[in-house]
Amino acid sequence: MEHITLLIGIVIVTALVFDFTNGFHDTANAMATTISTGALGPRVAVAMSAVLNLVGAFLSVEVAKTISGGIIDEGSGIQPEVIFAGLVGAILWNLVTWLAGLPSSSSHALFGGLIGATVVSVGMDGVNGDAIVMKVLIPAVAAPVVAGIATVAATRLTYRLANNRAAEDTAKGYRAGQIASAALVSLAHGTNDAQKTMGVITLALVTGGVIAPDSDPPMWVIVSAGLAIALGTYLGGWRIIRTMGKGITDIQPPQGFAAQTGAATVILASSHIGFALSTTQVCSGAVMGAGVGRKGGVVRWSTAGRMVAAWALTLPAAGLVAAAAALLADQGNGGIAAVAVLAVLGCGVIWMLSRRKPVDASNVNEPGAESAEPVGVVTAAVRSVAPPPAGKTASAADGADGTDAADTSNAHASNASGSTSDKDASSESAPTPATAGTGSTS
Amino acid sequence: MHIDWAALGQVFGVSLAVTVGVVGVFTLGIIGTSRTAQPQPQAAAGGASPVARTGAYACFALCAAVVAYGIYLIVA
Repeated sequence: MEHITLLIGIVIVTALVFDFTNGFHDTANAMATTISTGALGPRVAVAMSAVLNLVGAFLSVEVAKTISGGIIDEGSGIQPEVIFAGLVGAILWNLVTWLAGLPSSSSHALFGGLIGATVVSVGMDGVNGDAIVMKVLIPAVAAPVVAGIATVAATRLTYRLANNRAAEDTAKGYRAGQIASAALVSLAHGTNDAQKTMGVITLALVTGGVIAPDSDPPMWVIVSAGLAIALGTYLGGWRIIRTMGKGITDIQPPQGFAAQTGAATVILASSHIGFALSTTQVCSGAVMGAGVGRKGGVVRWSTAGRMVAAWALTLPAAGLVAAAAALLADQGNGGIAAVAVLAVLGCGVIWMLSRRKPVDASNVNEPGAESAEPVGVVTAAVRSVAPPPAGKTASAADGADGTDAADTSNAHASNASGSTSDKDASSESAPTPATAGTGSTS
Repeated sequence: MHIDWAALGQVFGVSLAVTVGVVGVFTLGIIGTSRTAQPQPQAAAGGASPVARTGAYACFALCAAVVAYGIYLIVA
């Protein structure tokens, strides 16, 4: 093992952080419906998913040779700085969508980040436009449709077949079947997504001259990538789990089973046939299909619409953040340090925002904020009273144009943190007559 | 611009067939091992017959085989 420069070290750490966010972002794919139907308790579900992700990371020896699947030209002198900037963009977008509780594709965030960083550093030539359409756009449209139609059919069938059976009898069977399907999804996720991070780290090591080109990832890379994704999975992206398990539609055991089986089938079929579909979009589509397939099932299309909007924004948003990061990082060591500091700050801000309305294992099955109308009214009232916030951090501003939910949190946050003085001012000015009145009487 | 419609169509067809197939077979297994829903509390004849039970286990075995094939696809 040769000397690892500081920059390579930073890239490796960043890649592991991305792996971690990937894990907790995608726990929902395997476990959201499993938790909402009660097939497994929340803690047990994420623990099982984490273990299977870890196992999955070790299962396949086929290394992700091209981390971006040909979207960017990796041969054209791609620098560690570019990888670093791309990862920062992907991480921040993952965190913003997590804060909003929206499932979005971690792979697309990574692609977007790498594209944005490459365009800034290398130019448009470094990006393969056809590959973007082929690997990102078409799958993004096809995945929910394919999974949705398959799940609608399966849900209809299973309700029709078992409609004269005692629901309490069948629920046990459905839950068992659902656990098996969810396990398959977790395993496949560990194999695919941990590989992606291993590929990124290996590429960074190769560009830094630490290991020879075309070599397999060293054992410590496999172990650390597997551990990072498993740890992320175990911590659980409860916000996203709630959206997928409760927010889109109310899932009953037969639907949960049909949705999870449909998702597992589509993921395996697509990766086997060679038309890779994003796990997140497949699972979301399957959940929607399950909602449509049950008689009397209601799909909350507003939530689904927000989710689709997040999918559409994932690539450009991660790309923009990464492009900005790449611009800074190109300035030399100081720039790289600035990007690292800003990224850490952005993550910290998002985490702080998330603590305002924490979602964890204890309240993951309660209806989400989207079904609680009073929250919206309160927020609207707060917004109309408070002056529009002027200064925000970059990451928070990114979230604001993305979604209503992020918007809500931001409004709260800017209210509390950014403009406390404004609030003080308004609370002073508004009740002044009252206090004056009471003051004069007493 | 080349879009691989054949692969997409294949994914769609295989996914639809396998999903519906597995869910259908699994549901048959559930039917074989569960009681019919009876309005009256003491439903005597609701239990599954031995034949139905055997068939149900065959259905579950078939589903287990599909899951095993899925694991094989992941590992391979």
